[in-house]
Amino acid sequence: MKMNQKRKVFIQNLITYAIVIGCWIIIQIMIQTGNISSLLKGLLVPLCTYAILAVSLNLTVGILGELSLGHAGFMCVGAFSGAFFTNVAANVIPGTGLRLFFALLIGAAVAGIFGLLIGIPVLRLKGDYLAIVTLAFGEIIKNLINTLYVGVDAAGLHFSIKDTTSLGLDETGVVIIKGPQGITGTPKAATFTVGVIVLLITVFVVLNLINSRSGRAIMAIRDNRIAAESIGINVTKFKLMAFAISASLAGAAGVLYAHNLSSLAATTNNFGYNKSITILVFVVLGGLGNVRGSIIAAVILTLLPELLRGLNDYRMLIYAIVLIVMMIFNSSPKAIEMRAVLRERFKKKSKEAA
Amino acid sequence: MKKRMFSLGMAVLMAASMTACGGSSSSSATTAAAAAETEAAEAAEAEDSAEETEAAAADDGATFKIGVIGPLTGAAAAYGVGVANGADLAVKEINAAGGINGYQVELNSQDDEHDPEKSVNAYNTLKDWGAQMIVGSVTSKPCIAVVAETSADNMFQITPSGSAVECISGDNAFRVCFSDPSQGKASAQYIGEHALATKIGIIYDSSTEYSSGIREAFVAEAANQGLEIVADEAFTADSATDFSVQLDKMNEAGAELVFLPIYYQEASIILKQASDKEFAPIFFGVDGMDGILTVDNFDTSLAEGVMLLTPFSTTEEGSLQFTADYTAAYGEEPNQFAADSYDAIYAIKAAAEAADVNPDMSYSDICDALKVAMTEISIDGLTGENMTWDASGETGKAPKAVMIVNGVYEMQ
Amino acid sequence: MSFLSYLINGISLGSVYAIIALGYTMVYGIAKMLNFAHGDIIMVGAFVTFTMVSTCGYPPMVGVLCAIVFCTVLGVVIERVAYKPLRGASKLAVLITAIGVSYLLQNLALLIFGSNSHQFTSVVALPNLKLADGALTISSVTIVTILLCIIIMVVLLTFINKTKIGQAMLAVSEDNGAATLMGIDVNRTIAVTFAIGSALAAIAGALLCSAYPSLTPYTGSMPGIKAFVAAVFGGIGSIPGAFIGGVLLGIIENLSKAYISSQLSDAIVFSVLIIVLLVRPTGIMGKKINEKV
Repeated sequence: MKMNQKRKVFIQNLITYAIVIGCWIIIQIMIQTGNISSLLKGLLVPLCTYAILAVSLNLTVGILGELSLGHAGFMCVGAFSGAFFTNVAANVIPGTGLRLFFALLIGAAVAGIFGLLIGIPVLRLKGDYLAIVTLAFGEIIKNLINTLYVGVDAAGLHFSIKDTTSLGLDETGVVIIKGPQGITGTPKAATFTVGVIVLLITVFVVLNLINSRSGRAIMAIRDNRIAAESIGINVTKFKLMAFAISASLAGAAGVLYAHNLSSLAATTNNFGYNKSITILVFVVLGGLGNVRGSIIAAVILTLLPELLRGLNDYRMLIYAIVLIVMMIFNSSPKAIEMRAVLRERFKKKSKEAA
Repeated sequence: MKKRMFSLGMAVLMAASMTACGGSSSSSATTAAAAAETEAAEAAEAEDSAEETEAAAADDGATFKIGVIGPLTGAAAAYGVGVANGADLAVKEINAAGGINGYQVELNSQDDEHDPEKSVNAYNTLKDWGAQMIVGSVTSKPCIAVVAETSADNMFQITPSGSAVECISGDNAFRVCFSDPSQGKASAQYIGEHALATKIGIIYDSSTEYSSGIREAFVAEAANQGLEIVADEAFTADSATDFSVQLDKMNEAGAELVFLPIYYQEASIILKQASDKEFAPIFFGVDGMDGILTVDNFDTSLAEGVMLLTPFSTTEEGSLQFTADYTAAYGEEPNQFAADSYDAIYAIKAAAEAADVNPDMSYSDICDALKVAMTEISIDGLTGENMTWDASGETGKAPKAVMIVNGVYEMQ
Repeated sequence: MSFLSYLINGISLGSVYAIIALGYTMVYGIAKMLNFAHGDIIMVGAFVTFTMVSTCGYPPMVGVLCAIVFCTVLGVVIERVAYKPLRGASKLAVLITAIGVSYLLQNLALLIFGSNSHQFTSVVALPNLKLADGALTISSVTIVTILLCIIIMVVLLTFINKTKIGQAMLAVSEDNGAATLMGIDVNRTIAVTFAIGSALAAIAGALLCSAYPSLTPYTGSMPGIKAFVAAVFGGIGSIPGAFIGGVLLGIIENLSKAYISSQLSDAIVFSVLIIVLLVRPTGIMGKKINEKV
């Protein structure tokens, strides 16, 4: 029985990897044969980024069972630290690919540290209070980065929270982070292949965590914290672990994001609570705790507004309606009942026909 | 559960294949639908001449395809809609007058929600549509992201209003508006030379590069002009509704002139709140201030005595016709963004005629021809007379200082 | 003197937050959902007032009344169409639906009213109050906002404690299932809550735009989030808590803008929120949650 279940999980996980790799192969063939639109080509890296974000948030929301509305904050930290490294190290490490590799490590590490630091106070709270505090942290991160000026010259790094002139750079100095202007001129090093590799690593990390001893402990905390505590599970440790891993994966996604666009700035649109909520929508629609669902939902909901471009002014309106209808169809108790009835009827009919 | 996943999977495959088909052949279902929708929407806005010209364009076979990128939804939509409409008006005029080099022009405006990522998506959509020249992006951050793409593709780009220095970093990119540093410097020089005041207060939006860029150059130049900055207060996009604290600080510091390198929406609140507080310094704005008189239901007496450096005004003699046509077509008065994009289209026309390009050339060849021609042309536009461009993409034109007297601009 | 001025402006801003937060808190207390679309109802209320007053030329009071009626109906309709089918579904599903409704309202307003900002005519046409020989000017909107906020809170408290439907609300918020057993019509109670919350949002919209007179389809979203913070700050679900949270938030925001940094004021507001929640995990006036084993 136990073996059987294990095998089932193994096969399910294999399907998830297979889907990602399969998509990669199909897209590669399409690129080779030139059968790909510029729009889709441009969307490849963002699709990976959002899939990674959705999977990593699923770890917090689905597996750990805590509602986080500040995921974009970790993405922001990762994006800025990664892009900062790439720009600073431009003269030290010439190859953009190698720099991206280090940037990914650094972005993930810095975001992970932030996740740990923020997790310590935040995870003491519960439910909606936890949600609002994560939202607050996300906004604080965004706000602080918008006031941060960092320059580099022969004497090393200079920091300021006022403006570029107060950095006091000498003639050779270059301003790297320019407050609200952010970082401009990051090389476009992120490719679809890199994105897919990072996505696979993310999926690997999350799936392995779920099926490990730690993962079972985390899910036990989700289902009943007090019961988990009573059998000797260190609640704080496992909560922090899940939260920090989730944050660091979001950081890696941020690095990809930063290396896909030449202008990086922390605005409400890209790193504010709006983005956190968008990612949350992916997770909820894909199914809590369902890694494959998160990836698919992220891909569909990122493509949807682009495909609706033909509708012009009505585009975002339709998107909103689709969102509401999908939610009601997917989660409403009545709709679920109705679907069950329909399925029964369909089954009966097909049996009768046979 | 499984079924749901399966249906989701099917949907994504279909979605992917839809986008995939879009690119290779220029007349696929999605793009054709997109173009049709654009036409429909435009027609709805101005039914009379739109359909005829679009139809004529389609009949001719070869047409120039110009793509517009800007925020048509979201908090910055007022700018993007202005640009889309201004370009639309110019294209209609050009088509009615026989087109560019005898070819009709097609226009396609795509929304970027003021987000760099969406802006690149919009650009790629336009590329799939077959765009040969890009007007955009409207706002700076998205423009910087798009210019990296266009310069890699060698696609001709002219931004009506992307004012940050990096917006035209490629040699394929030009702009119609002033750059931020040049505006900040010019403002400080004007205030210094005309001895308007010595104690200056600044309220700026630290979350936009437009505002902080102008402010930085202004502060640097103010020292040379003997201006003393007594108060320097910022706000952010998230707190752009209440300026009472900033105004109190200006008042306390005894500022005689308050420099507002911001857009007119925020400026209109500042003027209202200042009048509530009975605080009346000289308010000095830049081109973003233009449009303040057109804010719906705005009490223009509040703007009495406001000075601004602007390249465009709706009441100027040269722009009266444009203002009338624009208002008739889109039901609102044009702002400076509309004028900038109107000029951008005419700049493309002038350059295309000088270089004698035709729509059968590839976009890269058109770009190579246009970027040379751009430095040779000179046009009289709404936003400046004898506008010329240098190879860096900057335009040579002088800002005009105006003061609002009796609800209209008066040249200084 | 300038300190007083900052303080009064802060209280005024805080009063607007408080009125919005009252709506948030009532809906949360009873329906147990974070209604992210609440901020956009404010925007709708402001647009209705604007249309009635500035476009059609009715007196301000009529405009505000129309806005209240319109928003009340809108709130009930949204509840019926979008939220009611999801009763019993996961909390997250309702949250996402609320976000969908928020997008929907914003984009509808964008299509109807366009993207340009509209200058809102103040619905309060009274002279400004001058104190200390004109050294301190308090605008009439400020005074009306503060007074109205206090009145609304008192009326709400009386309504909840003294009327039958108010008691029903308390019962539903305490225990949904038990209330049903006691013969309370839960659906009706929730509908009434949405009606009241949306009516408050309409008033908040008119006041918000009177004080900060720029109206766009996105006007409601940031005050909505701030009011949400205020509601949590005071203890979500608690009516006096929403009032205290709102006013405190306004004061902190304005004073930190004045004395620390106008760029960091949001960061400071959120930091204070975090600190308060760490000390009192359910907000200033929030009820302590007893954990059941």
